Amino acid sequence: MDALSTGTLSGAQKEELMDQVKQQIAIANAQELLTKMTEKCFKKCINKPGTSLDSSEQKCIAMCMDRYMDSWNLVSRTYSSRIQRERNNM
Amino acid sequence: MSDIDFPSPKGADSELQDFLIQEKQKAQFQAQIHEFNSFCWDKCIEKPGAKLDSRTETCITNCVERFIDTSLLITNRFAQMLEKGGGMH
Repeated sequence: MDALSTGTLSGAQKEELMDQVKQQIAIANAQELLTKMTEKCFKKCINKPGTSLDSSEQKCIAMCMDRYMDSWNLVSRTYSSRIQRERNNM
Repeated sequence: MSDIDFPSPKGADSELQDFLIQEKQKAQFQAQIHEFNSFCWDKCIEKPGAKLDSRTETCITNCVERFIDTSLLITNRFAQMLEKGGGMH
């Protein structure tokens, strides 16, 4: 951080820092998705937790994950086009 | 993730600052999508099927749009309340 506050980062150091920031954000994003997905799909697919995940529960979870991603992508598209529209109205 | 405040040290690299501001915005955008998706999923999905049917898709789209409408409406009305000096005592 010392190099950051004194502004003496070399080009290569800066590039490395930027890559690290991007990577950390991507990891945080993936973790959030994973946590939410697990929570939502557990709720939808496991009604009465038994001694193991049976095959219908496993199938449900796989399908739920795929739908959760579909939904995430749809929300993302809807939200970005809304932001675009609001920007054009300003 | 949305609460990061970047310090602006003297002589900080402006390219780096621009980069961080941009990345912060992207992160906030994604955090917002996680939130929308979470509660619209609860509202719109009964049982996850082989694909998102068109009714569910419409529900999710409407859910996001109406939430933003609600947020804007409440923000505006709240601002009016504050202007009138009412509401908060």
